[in-house]
Amino acid sequence: MLLRKVTLTPALCSTVLLRGSASTGFQRPFLSCLVQHGRLYASQSAEAVLEKPAASTDSATRTKVEKAAVSSESKSFAVNMFQGQINTAQVFPFPSVMNEEQTQFLRELVGPVSKFFEEVNNPVKNDMLEEIEDSTMEGLKELGAFGLQVPTDLGGMGLTNTQYARLVEIVGMHDLGVGITLGAHQSIGFKGILLFGTKEQKEKYLPKLATGETIAAFCLTEPASGSDAASIKTTAVRSACGKYYTLTGGKIWISNGGLAEIFTVFAKTPVKDESTGETKDKITAFIVERAFGGVTHGPPEKKMGIKASNTAEVHFDAVRVPAENVLGEVGGGFKVAMNILNNGRFGMAAALSGTMKGVIDKAVDHAANRTQFGNKIHNFGAIQEKVARMAMLQYVSESMAYMISANMDMGASEFQIEAAISKIFASEAAWTVTDECIQVMGGMGFMKDAGVERVMRDLRIFRIFEGTNDILRLFVALNGFQNAGNQLKGLQRALKNPLGNASFLAGEITKRAKRKAGLGTGLSLQGVVHPELSQSGDLLVKAIEQFGGTIEDLLLKHGKKIVDEQFVLKRVADSAIDLYAMVVVLSRASRSLTQGHPSAQHEKVLCETWCFEAYERIMQDIKVLRSSSSKQIFKNLRAISTAVVESGGTVSPHPLGF
Amino acid sequence: KMSSRVLVGVKRVIDYAVKIRVKPDRTGVVTDGVKHSMNPFCEIAVEEAVRLKEKKLVNEVIAVSCGPQQVQETIRTALAMGADRGIHVEVSGKDYDNLGPLQVSKILAALAKKENASLVVLGKQAIDDDCNQTGQMTAALLDWSQGTFASEVVLEGDMLKVVREIDGGLETIKIKMPAVVTADLRLNTPRYATLPNIMKAKKKKIDCLKAADLGVDLTSRLEILSVEEPSQRQAGVKVETVEDLVTKLRNASRI
Repeated sequence: MLLRKVTLTPALCSTVLLRGSASTGFQRPFLSCLVQHGRLYASQSAEAVLEKPAASTDSATRTKVEKAAVSSESKSFAVNMFQGQINTAQVFPFPSVMNEEQTQFLRELVGPVSKFFEEVNNPVKNDMLEEIEDSTMEGLKELGAFGLQVPTDLGGMGLTNTQYARLVEIVGMHDLGVGITLGAHQSIGFKGILLFGTKEQKEKYLPKLATGETIAAFCLTEPASGSDAASIKTTAVRSACGKYYTLTGGKIWISNGGLAEIFTVFAKTPVKDESTGETKDKITAFIVERAFGGVTHGPPEKKMGIKASNTAEVHFDAVRVPAENVLGEVGGGFKVAMNILNNGRFGMAAALSGTMKGVIDKAVDHAANRTQFGNKIHNFGAIQEKVARMAMLQYVSESMAYMISANMDMGASEFQIEAAISKIFASEAAWTVTDECIQVMGGMGFMKDAGVERVMRDLRIFRIFEGTNDILRLFVALNGFQNAGNQLKGLQRALKNPLGNASFLAGEITKRAKRKAGLGTGLSLQGVVHPELSQSGDLLVKAIEQFGGTIEDLLLKHGKKIVDEQFVLKRVADSAIDLYAMVVVLSRASRSLTQGHPSAQHEKVLCETWCFEAYERIMQDIKVLRSSSSKQIFKNLRAISTAVVESGGTVSPHPLGF
Repeated sequence: KMSSRVLVGVKRVIDYAVKIRVKPDRTGVVTDGVKHSMNPFCEIAVEEAVRLKEKKLVNEVIAVSCGPQQVQETIRTALAMGADRGIHVEVSGKDYDNLGPLQVSKILAALAKKENASLVVLGKQAIDDDCNQTGQMTAALLDWSQGTFASEVVLEGDMLKVVREIDGGLETIKIKMPAVVTADLRLNTPRYATLPNIMKAKKKKIDCLKAADLGVDLTSRLEILSVEEPSQRQAGVKVETVEDLVTKLRNASRI
């Protein structure tokens, strides 16, 4: 039924994941980027490893490779760690991007937003009603919550990503259902207009969207197209006069689908390649108004969580969309979708770090007051470990969210690996933290009145939508391999002309020899990491050296087939996530130590503990990736799964025989 | 004809939801790193003043706060709620530690005269020191009428009808303007400062001055000897019978 045959080509992998997600709900279209990248990787990794004659690469591919080569000098920490290199530009010192006025303004906003969520919004009632109370919805609009990042001259609050993150954190702490309503509106619904809209489009749509007078939705997913966005069937055909497009198709699981007046819709349009004269179907983004006619929606979907958020099918029946409503370039819809999603991920990490803060407060309140065996339960090791781990996970997620939002505010363009990592990490951390909160509270946590089961239900979708974590792991690993592959390609090119590249080669050879011998490769975080954290810093350096070497070996071993090695890719991504988590906490704790924060020593302990355990996990993953026995394990897993799928369920007979 | 200008006092206090901790040296409570917000009764006072302005009964609402730099945040909240401009009277260090109702009312009285205000609206008390004196003292220093603990305020020409919450019921009085009114809990429900209004408030002006500029001496005749935590309630004991209870009380020499 679901996974018939597990041969994993990128196109197939997306199909498989798409179906997996279809059974759960909500797949948002992230996958599009992966699919695209997946193919890109396939060709590029191949080139990187097997030198192809230049003639066989067409001009388009060459441009891509050149672009990628530029990115090999990336400032992104994540890109560099895949090459066994450290670039601290974006991560040390912990970036602080707000000027005094922005800080002051944000300070003033935090109070009223918190107050609104503490005193007006009722998450229990929203959950029960399966919609946001009308009065609350009105209040949110008045509050200005629908236009946080719209420029002020267009009626919004003009917030930076960092300011946005801080407010979204408050929303996440109180009500994720409301969070999705707001996020589907501004983080993806109309983000395309903000990022790619023309002046006219912005002036026409943003003022009303900013006040919440009109609500926006993002429409990519279709019944047969989740992860594999390239397979969407919605079409937009250009009229003979060229003045409008006729858009037809059906979209599913659209957040705000039943409320929205403005839709960002992705559809296939025939695009003629000027150089070859060939016509191909390419994806184009459109701004569609419900008022255009032909736009209908289904009833609200019944869901496990985020019930207050409206989710519905949206149908477009020969909708006439004016040509000026094309968003971005005709045929450039992929880029639009990717950028929208990429730009929104940090918000999820911010919201979820708020969620974690909220449930940690609940767990701690219980642990500090509940007496058993004559002792407050927080005195017991079993509880202490839980509370400590909850605090660490929250600290990492929060550090990631604000590191990335700051990087974006500094104008960084390359943060896609980091953003994907933050979404994966925060959604899994929030799940664990909330689960442990219920565990700390015991039976009381299981009761509806404790208010944690709702959070648990609401959280589940975060590991699924906007790119399932499984797909995003592939995205992280493949993105990293792509850059590492390009670097390796440069090395191979240099090898063809050893004399002309003597010093470069000498450096590379020494690095590898040292790594093999277990000596340091000269990488260091000395001077950037606070001296009190130098041990943790050393662990990170060691882990990056080992990781970089492993990536290179994997590339040499698998070549372009690396895209098919999902068992390998998963472990590579896990290590990448742990590495990035290490660096963000090292940076944040270093800043606190340098600034002499009252909590500096506490943060130091959080950081040291995190780094020590993360290092161990990375070493374990690397061991598995390098060992030959892992190949057997992967083979076994594959065989077990295939057998189970073939028998339509578990294979072995019941121990009792019936 | 009197200018119709309202002066509203807004005090920055530790947020009502914060668990208060006494400093180890017992000179006061811990304020560093603790969430502060506008005194809730002051919010009611601001709301009332803004409503008077919205009904076009007054021309201008001025929000005043006395204290260090941070009180500007409280003034900004009042501006976001609809006050027209702010006055920050800078008081810091030891003067701020000793700042009490008498000093504040001297400042408010001086400002009321300076700004030619016809009405001063204050909260009936602040939730930090619970003094409940500033309004009364201000009225006395100005020699104006006072309507304290107001649960309804109606401006009728140069007369003010004030419904006061007194022990055992409500008292309606009519007082002459200019006047000082202090807001009780049920006077109104204050609005929220919305983000767009906070943004607009950024353009509103806050004047900064010192108490000395107003000729106010901030010396205090009060000295804080010690601040103590409320004593912990002792755990109770369950008794099986009335006899047990009587014995226990007798042993504890309570009967």
